[in-house]
Amino acid sequence: MNTLNKTLTCTVAALTFATALYASETDVLVINEEITIPTSAPAPEGSPLDKVISGWSFRKHETQALQMDDFDNPSFIFVDKASDQWTKVEGTEGKSCASCHEDVEAFKGLRTVLPRWNEAKSELYSMENYINDCRTERMGAEPWKWSKGKMTAMTALISLQSRGLPMSVKTDGPVEPAMKLGKELYYTRVGQLDMACSNCHEDNYGVMIRADHLSQGQINGFPTYRLKNSKLNSTHARFKGCMKNIRAKPFGQGSAEFKALELYVASRGNGLSVESPAVRN
Amino acid sequence: MRRISFAALSTVLISTSAFAAEVAPGDVSFDENGGVSASITSVAGDPVAGKAAFINRKQGNCLACHINDDASGQSFHGEVGPSLNGAASRWEEAQLRGIIVNSKLTFEGTIMPSFYRATNGARTMEKFAGKTILTAQQVEDVLAYLKTLKEE
Repeated sequence: MNTLNKTLTCTVAALTFATALYASETDVLVINEEITIPTSAPAPEGSPLDKVISGWSFRKHETQALQMDDFDNPSFIFVDKASDQWTKVEGTEGKSCASCHEDVEAFKGLRTVLPRWNEAKSELYSMENYINDCRTERMGAEPWKWSKGKMTAMTALISLQSRGLPMSVKTDGPVEPAMKLGKELYYTRVGQLDMACSNCHEDNYGVMIRADHLSQGQINGFPTYRLKNSKLNSTHARFKGCMKNIRAKPFGQGSAEFKALELYVASRGNGLSVESPAVRN
Repeated sequence: MRRISFAALSTVLISTSAFAAEVAPGDVSFDENGGVSASITSVAGDPVAGKAAFINRKQGNCLACHINDDASGQSFHGEVGPSLNGAASRWEEAQLRGIIVNSKLTFEGTIMPSFYRATNGARTMEKFAGKTILTAQQVEDVLAYLKTLKEE
């Protein structure tokens, strides 16, 4: 009986898979035929959502498939470039990343806790901040621009080390003011079109806006390769795109506002597995 | 010769000022349900121009959120808002006008942009600051178009 039930459930799931235009939670993200990544999780405490769902679940099957094999995922062209960059000596101190961090695998888990409070700097830090501190303070090299190619490639390489681990940014203690600001920004209507993040990503996820299937706006797959612009996109660049779409003046990439929003949005997805570098529209 | 062109110019000025007889965004009067009974221009709405503004992605861009079978030649109709098929059979003109001008007075907290409102959200880009999404005439044109969407 149990077996029969299971068989029936499987058949129903398979049928749903086959008939859905868009993927649903019945689809399972397995990368390279070996790494199974859960694409939904129970909503974290205080969340207005019933459960948190990865943006992968909202994409078409063709787009989803690109993320299921690292040879098909165009992000890996950039990850490879970052691996070369890792050992490249730059700056006045004659150092590369590898001079201090022998193996990038040592950063396993880092992506899951960023952004976080940097005690020494008394500031909320995103991964980009840490990378530029290394460049300017330890390598004696020029900082990289927040969303330029070398930076997004390096954040992809470092984030990849945490692939499959659940996001778990800290939301209390010294980051509380940033969390508060981030939440305020999330719910504030801006721009000529007068919309807040929540209007689309909380109130209307799962429905079509033009040709786009609205997601929860989770950032567990960032930096993410977008088919739209054929490159890796940072979280802040994506925020900027959203703001421009609603005819609002974006905050600066790397600004206190976008870092606060990044932290708040990351916290809304606590529990979702890191998919970086993901593939999206 | 000079006199004739002067006369022609005055005619243009007169017709322009007639065209400009429109209600400013801050002066539109709404009824208690968010409807606007009076036209906000002195020129009757044109349903053909209205359909163009309805479709135009930089103007109404109404299909981003609404299905409309009358515009089935256009791909990708959104589903954030209700279908507009047969909208004119369900809604009075005043209510439709009110929804286009400022939907928030009909549906509190709606995601729908206000297409003819004096104030925009915070941080509106400079090139749109102080501007309405649609002109008064485009509001009347879109309304005239919506009024053609009757149930079969």
